[in-house]
Amino acid sequence: MARVETFYELLRRQGVSRRSFTKFCSLTAASLGLAPALAPKVAHAMETKPRIPVLWLHGLECTCCSESFIRSAHPLVKDVVLSMISLDYDDTIMAAAGHQAEKCLEDIRTEYKGKYLLCVEGNPPIGKDGEYCIVGGRPFVDQLTDMAKDAMAVVSWGSCASWGCVQAAKPNPTHAVPVHEIVKDKPVIKVPGCPPIAEVMTGVVSYIVTFDRLPELDRQGRPKMFYSQRIHDKCYRRPHFDAGQFVEAWDDENARKGYCLYKMGCRGPTTYNACSVTRWNEGVSFPIQSGHGCIGCSENDFWDNGPFYERLTNISVFGAEANADQWAARVGVGVGVGVAAHAAVSAAVRMTDKERHKSPPMPKGGHE
Amino acid sequence: MATDSSTVPHIAPAPDAHGGEAHRHLTSYYVYEAPVRLWHWLTAILVFGLSVTGYLIAVPPVSAEGDTNDLFRMGTIRELHFIAAYLLAIGMAWRGYWAIVHGQHARQIYYVPFWSLEWWKEVWGMVRWYLFLAKKHERWVGHNPLARASMFGMFTLGSTFMVLTGFGLYAEQAGLGSWQDTLFGWTLSLFGSSMALRTWHHVGMYLLLLFSAAHIYAAVRDDIMGRVSTISSMISGWRTFRD
Ligand code: HEM
Ligand code: HEM
Ligand code: SF4
Repeated sequence: MARVETFYELLRRQGVSRRSFTKFCSLTAASLGLAPALAPKVAHAMETKPRIPVLWLHGLECTCCSESFIRSAHPLVKDVVLSMISLDYDDTIMAAAGHQAEKCLEDIRTEYKGKYLLCVEGNPPIGKDGEYCIVGGRPFVDQLTDMAKDAMAVVSWGSCASWGCVQAAKPNPTHAVPVHEIVKDKPVIKVPGCPPIAEVMTGVVSYIVTFDRLPELDRQGRPKMFYSQRIHDKCYRRPHFDAGQFVEAWDDENARKGYCLYKMGCRGPTTYNACSVTRWNEGVSFPIQSGHGCIGCSENDFWDNGPFYERLTNISVFGAEANADQWAARVGVGVGVGVAAHAAVSAAVRMTDKERHKSPPMPKGGHE
Repeated sequence: MATDSSTVPHIAPAPDAHGGEAHRHLTSYYVYEAPVRLWHWLTAILVFGLSVTGYLIAVPPVSAEGDTNDLFRMGTIRELHFIAAYLLAIGMAWRGYWAIVHGQHARQIYYVPFWSLEWWKEVWGMVRWYLFLAKKHERWVGHNPLARASMFGMFTLGSTFMVLTGFGLYAEQAGLGSWQDTLFGWTLSLFGSSMALRTWHHVGMYLLLLFSAAHIYAAVRDDIMGRVSTISSMISGWRTFRD
């Protein structure tokens, strides 16, 4: 292969002006939480660094991550990252198909050994030797293992790749597992969400390709810059939460007033994501803003943590489902009856004990 | 009961001072020092308060009416929960320290002599007593073995669990890098998600409430029917052997 072109060269080739390019760099720096002084660094990196190839694999998924990605708010972001990806491999949106496409994958793996970024949308089902998801004639889990082996790092797009999501929800018939359970020897960056926010996706990729460095991750393996706070921490309805003003029913007066959706099962307090900050569709809105609670789509096991419209989740005990309070009420009745019965028997035993009022004899001679 | 230094052999009634026939005698031992008693009642109040505020966090009261700017109802409930939580945690830490410096009874709630057959026999003896199968039970200066088992298994482990998960939840609002996060943030990873951590914190409350119900019932019942003083011991510190 010839000398690898830089981002800047790529952009200029696509007709992007120098001015737009610098604007993009400051925007990227800002969205990554970097100081303004760092914008020139972003520009410099983009001008001089060879572009890092990005591959995009698809396992068991619904393509919502891709759909979200191509709707990134800043058109340039989309252009940059999209062109850079479609150039390499993304079986959903690239032009190549069949053997030609698979060969492209193999070429990159050998030519850029240890230097390419592997993005994974969806996850591998490993039940029945992986036959529930066949890509290019073989189980997806094999493709994933092969391609991860020589990657620089792996990005787990969405809740499927990060946690398992819907297809891994109980009873998980295909035994779908998140990427990090298969890829153990490479850094795995989780970008959960169903789908993840477009700006978050492009932000993560831009960060890696411009700085040649993986973003700092939290304990769960998510980039801190986008996943360090809960929806609840930045929710614009939070004052109503603190005040104790809640929507009590979907069509009540409080719903019209835009009160907090906590009682309607809002998962904001237990969900790490950037929705309440970046919002969706070019910053137009996000679920809570449109009057619906957060369902916690970027959280581990969110699908099993239902019902979505109730604050407390169900706990399944031997197949029976009820929330913690309902279980406690059941056990509590048992305990209450037990204590009452025990107290009654105790009283009866004591009544019939003829010696119960016999006190120890007083010591002779009065005071002792 | 040589197996455990904290239990005391049966006390033979002291010989009658006047040389008469031996009679039933009141013998008392000082078991619970004042700070331990204070800690006990404080803890009892805090667990109760944490349960009430915790429940209200999970199932908030009916919506407040009025100007949002002037209201802080949910905020107040949470604030109270956190103040009580800090006091409980400080109390637990202090109680641990006390157990280290003062041996004997102070250490009983931190472990059970699991490998001692003798001890299990004593537990069985108390089970028989509570099942009306025995007319009398043995007596100990410290806790009766069944009480001890429940205190260790349900209270000590249970309240430690509540402190760990509670601070794990607190770390979420304190933020990444806060000391709560550094020390307790791992609990979230342990349970896999914020929601799971919350649910378990909630379930933990019921474990403590179950303990409290059994504990208070047994304390009252033993005070009336048992052979040793209980409630008054936790007030005065003295354990009286009644007969
Ligand atoms: C006996 C001890 C405790 C009891 C019974 C208790 C009970 C509860 C309950 C029932 C909840 C609601 C859970 C839900 O929403 O499902 C809760 C929430 C919470 N508790 Fe506790 N708790 C205890 C100790 C602690 C401690 C030691 C801390 C440490 C700071 C703590 C911090 C919290 C936090 C941060 C929340 C979440 C509040 C929110 O996000 O609004 N708790 N607690
Ligand atoms: C009205 C309520 C309560 C009463 C009357 C009460 C009574 C007592 C009594 C009599 C003892 C001494 C047991 C013995 O003689 O062997 C004791 C010990 C203890 N109680 Fe309570 N209790 C109450 C509430 C609670 C609550 C709510 C908790 C915590 C959930 C609690 C935790 C403990 C613990 C941990 C001990 C062992 C103390 C030690 O060894 O340091 N108690 N209680
Ligand atoms: S609507 Fe949801 S995220 Fe917003 S304050 Fe209420 S509970 Fe928190």
